[in-house]
Amino acid sequence: MAETTFERVKGIIVEHLDVDKEAVTLDASVKDDLGADSLDVVDLILQFEDEFGVEIADEEAEKISTVGDIVNYIENNL
Amino acid sequence: MNSVGILGTGAYLPEKVLTNADLEKLVDTSDEWIVSRTGIKERRIAAPDEASSDLAVKAAEQALRRAGIGAEEIDLIIVATVTPDMSFPATSCLVQNRLGAKKAATFDLSAACTGFLYGISTAAQFITTGVYRYALVIGVECLSRIVDWSDRSTCILFGDGAGAVVLGPVEDGYGFQSYELRGDGSGGDLLKLTAGGSRLPATEETVQSRLHTLSMEGREVFKFAVRVIGSATDEALKKAGLTKEDIDFLIPHQANIRIIESAIKRFGLSEEKVIVNVDRYGNMSSASIPVALHEAVEQKRLHKDDTIVLCGFGAGLTWGATVLKWSLE
Ligand SMILES: CC(C)(COP(=O)(O)OP(=O)(O)OC[C@H]1O[C@@H](n2cnc3c(N)ncnc32)[C@H](O)[C@@H]1OP(=O)(O)O)[C@@H](O)C(=O)NCCC(=O)NCCS
Repeated sequence: MAETTFERVKGIIVEHLDVDKEAVTLDASVKDDLGADSLDVVDLILQFEDEFGVEIADEEAEKISTVGDIVNYIENNL
Repeated sequence: MNSVGILGTGAYLPEKVLTNADLEKLVDTSDEWIVSRTGIKERRIAAPDEASSDLAVKAAEQALRRAGIGAEEIDLIIVATVTPDMSFPATSCLVQNRLGAKKAATFDLSAACTGFLYGISTAAQFITTGVYRYALVIGVECLSRIVDWSDRSTCILFGDGAGAVVLGPVEDGYGFQSYELRGDGSGGDLLKLTAGGSRLPATEETVQSRLHTLSMEGREVFKFAVRVIGSATDEALKKAGLTKEDIDFLIPHQANIRIIESAIKRFGLSEEKVIVNVDRYGNMSSASIPVALHEAVEQKRLHKDDTIVLCGFGAGLTWGATVLKWSLE
């Protein structure tokens, strides 16, 4: 079965933030629960853009808070 | 085609050190924030009576001494800067006069943080073709004069300094191996100094609206920078017939340690191969790469036969990379 968007997003987050897989749930806040600072978020956005071929403009990026927000944004804009 | 390379390097950093603790007194910031987001601990600030040409001359004199070349032997001077002493005459003319480089052709080049790379790539063409023998290329900035000292998101990033190199013929097969120079004007608004040119000459209003200082969209520039460090380095290596395994040292433009870290992680290069000085000087735009190069030479980190990649990126947008086979012992 093809990897879901969530699985791919999770993989990138685990790799870039050096967090446990289990911690990356849809409800997890990227900053508060996963310890990302503002530039980690910029860095993640860049990885998502390249991995999924989507563009996540600054205004959109600012609305993203949880892992679920990321997955939704990507799935709605693929 | 003659092989052309770097014969000598020089640098000059103004004496005054501005630490993060000093900045805490100017704007609402903290040493912790600045270090964690940028890796910068301190930067240099030109004295009130120092302008770019003063810094440039000092760096150039050192580069000439190291190369063992007299100023009167120099055929071409290129000064890369976005902070010239004045609009015209070119800062390179002021430098030429101070050095006594009487026969040198001279011009300034504006490619922001990629300026030094554009400068050495341009100068090298004249030497490769045999038109000229020796060129002096200087990257110099007094960015402290164009940052908004009340804007905490930019004023913490920049510093003043100058770096210079003398280019000339080297042993066959050494020196420059490839050039990759790029631009994308559609990103011009991401990093700019709006007023003071022919579009918006200085008026009371432009001064009051703070249009004479640098403005930047930090996050977009961050993404751009991380992407192009890898892509430009890759392209330059490809043109030289090399791969990333061949790199002995990468000297990227020093804008932010987080940009460098993210880029080399994506690119797959180990930290020991990357030369960094952003912690001590901040972002000196066109001066960052030549100062880092000079320090690496002085510390004897570079050896003959090493493959060295210089990589720049910045306003314009501009970016690029060049591969050198180091020819000095
Ligand atoms: C400038 C840069 C460090 C800012 O980092 P950032 O994470 O994008 O910062 P943001 O603007 O998103 O701000 C994040 C938070 O830190 C705050 N902040 C900004 N500058 C700050 C400072 N100096 N001290 C403390 N807090 C600061 C912001 O107000 C914001 O707070 P909020 O979340 O409460 O609103 C970063 O974008 C960068 O380095 N970009 C590349 C710039 C560059 O190198 N340009 C030259 C290329 S040649």
